[in-house]
Amino acid sequence: MEQLIIFIALIVLGYTAGTIAERNHYKSIKTREHKLLSLPACTIKNALYNDAQVDKAHLVSGSVVVSVDYFKRFLAGLRNLLGGELVSYETLLDRARREAVLRMKEAAKGADIIISLRIETSSIGQSANRRQSLGSIEAIAYGTAVTYKKVNEIPGKRT
Amino acid sequence: MLLTNVESVPGKTIAEHFGLVSGSTVRAKHIGRDIAASFKNIVGGELKGYTELLQESRDQSIQRMIEQAKELGANAILNVRFATSAVAQGASELYVYGTAVRVE
Repeated sequence: MEQLIIFIALIVLGYTAGTIAERNHYKSIKTREHKLLSLPACTIKNALYNDAQVDKAHLVSGSVVVSVDYFKRFLAGLRNLLGGELVSYETLLDRARREAVLRMKEAAKGADIIISLRIETSSIGQSANRRQSLGSIEAIAYGTAVTYKKVNEIPGKRT
Repeated sequence: MLLTNVESVPGKTIAEHFGLVSGSTVRAKHIGRDIAASFKNIVGGELKGYTELLQESRDQSIQRMIEQAKELGANAILNVRFATSAVAQGASELYVYGTAVRVE
């Protein structure tokens, strides 16, 4: 009986806290993505303009570790019996990747473009070695930040 | 030391190739962080302790790679790639590798 109470309490706690946290996180992701639209991140490596004069190029990276809440883990366990789409894990991975890209862009402040963007995901933490449950995942985004040479320092004009 | 993950340093030309350089590190956080992380697992969200841990170890493995490249006389590392793997509970390995070159 006591175990059942603890279990239900954990599920309720996980559901409320997890939902609120996820909503807030998505809100902050959206506003920051909008702010950083001026710094495009491309997966291709020759995205530079042909006549572009490159001032400097360096490696930038951003990473984040996110974990799923108790309720969603329980839900995903049930879903595993029936098969099908695991929506609760989809949002987790989506949030982690977008957050990692945003952190990378924030680390590349002042650059004009990020080329050759790569995103990697790995499962880490205590449940990493357990087959059944996906506990926490790490997303890392990295790329090369390129800054163009400014012509006569005219704002807005690009070589 | 210039680091990029493309096959060249934009705006510079490659003068000499030195081949593969790599760096790796295995790290774990102290038990307090692990306990805090397992509590955080109930409510979900970012595990700051682990983010920090991985960032630190990534910086260290990059540092080791740079040292290796310096010994060869390189001044840039191209095509840098990262890899992460969990070796034990609460510990993870960070591996970074690239091609050492001299650019002008």
